[in-house]
Amino acid sequence: MTEYYKAEDLDKFGDVGKHNPALFKKFIDWYTAALEPGKLTKREKVLIGVGVAHVIQCPYCIDAYTKSCLEEGMSLEHITEAVHVASAIRGGASLIHTLQAHNTVDRNSL
Amino acid sequence: MITELKTFKEKISDTSPGLFKALDLKVLQVNVGYRCNLACKHCHVSGGPGRREVMDNKTAGQVIRAVSENPFEVLDITGGAPELNPLLKTIIGEARQAGKHVIVRTNLTVFFEPGFESYPAWYREQGVELIASLPYYLEDGVDRVRGNGTYKKSMEAMKLLNGLGYGSDSKGPSLSLVYNPQGMFLAPAQCSLESEYRRELSDRFGVSFTRLYAFTNMPIGRFREYLVKTGNLEKYMDKLAAAFNPAALDGIMCRHIVSVGWDGALYDCDFNQMLGLATASGAPRHINDFDYAALSNRSIAVGDHCYGCTAGQGSS
Repeated sequence: MTEYYKAEDLDKFGDVGKHNPALFKKFIDWYTAALEPGKLTKREKVLIGVGVAHVIQCPYCIDAYTKSCLEEGMSLEHITEAVHVASAIRGGASLIHTLQAHNTVDRNSL
Repeated sequence: MITELKTFKEKISDTSPGLFKALDLKVLQVNVGYRCNLACKHCHVSGGPGRREVMDNKTAGQVIRAVSENPFEVLDITGGAPELNPLLKTIIGEARQAGKHVIVRTNLTVFFEPGFESYPAWYREQGVELIASLPYYLEDGVDRVRGNGTYKKSMEAMKLLNGLGYGSDSKGPSLSLVYNPQGMFLAPAQCSLESEYRRELSDRFGVSFTRLYAFTNMPIGRFREYLVKTGNLEKYMDKLAAAFNPAALDGIMCRHIVSVGWDGALYDCDFNQMLGLATASGAPRHINDFDYAALSNRSIAVGDHCYGCTAGQGSS
């Protein structure tokens, strides 16, 4: 994995725009606007970010949003709670699909 | 990532053309010595039990004269642990006699060292304002930075101080706390963090305080050593520079204080003192030559570490 994921690449995110700057700019504008404090505070938004980062298992996002949490005055206690929320939803999403299995069994059984 | 860091001097001449000078000289800040009972990882002084730099009797006398005979409103005493200087009570007593407000920057834990137990009650008698380092409201965050057992002692000290009336209500003397990031990240907004400190410390220990200051770690002393050792100095400097806030320039400490070193040397702030960055040419450079008018009108000596005081909401 390490040859694919390099920590220093996080600082090169802008390079993603090299071959289509117009589309990349649209993404950056959207991303920036989404992270601006609104009805939710910056602190609430970065906590959502760190939870999502873990369930999508993006090492760059985990790195970035963990640091953002620290800069919002949060600790590993806050981060761990957020990751549990996100992981529990992910676990629940898997479990609810058991009903698909139930339905399939029903459809294929006497 | 910023590839080329603009010097702080260039940066302020872009945003605030003209001389970068003192605005009003209200505070005499005195470092009475680098000796400390702790050796915190973020300490810009690199204070610790092994330090031998302690202000002597002659210099302490000059400090008393400087603060008493000039229109300073505040004597702000720092260290090391100021209590480890045996002249501290004399300096404070004389300054209070002269009608000056006195602030002591204490580490709280020193009150439990043998021979130093009388300080909390004595501070209360003298009406001394206390500013205490508490880098976080959780034990792990504090003990990682300041050493094992520091958090519990700090909470005991806060209970003791609250019992004396410190930080308890608007009538009692002020007990403020100082947050520092526990690593190479910036401080959060002071007001939201203050609410969290209040709630957590009250719920966990029933202790209270007057206000919270959120300070950025300066790339000086022991914290700089950490940045160098981990290969993060350049990255941290980029982070500070990227967070430059010109609105913070008027409020930073150097515009309102003059700093006296343990040996009587004069500086624009405690950070310049640690770097040996003397007051600008033409301004007095030692307390032997103290001149309030000249110091009030001095230009400020700056370096790239000053980005630490102007990052985000400002920090001094």
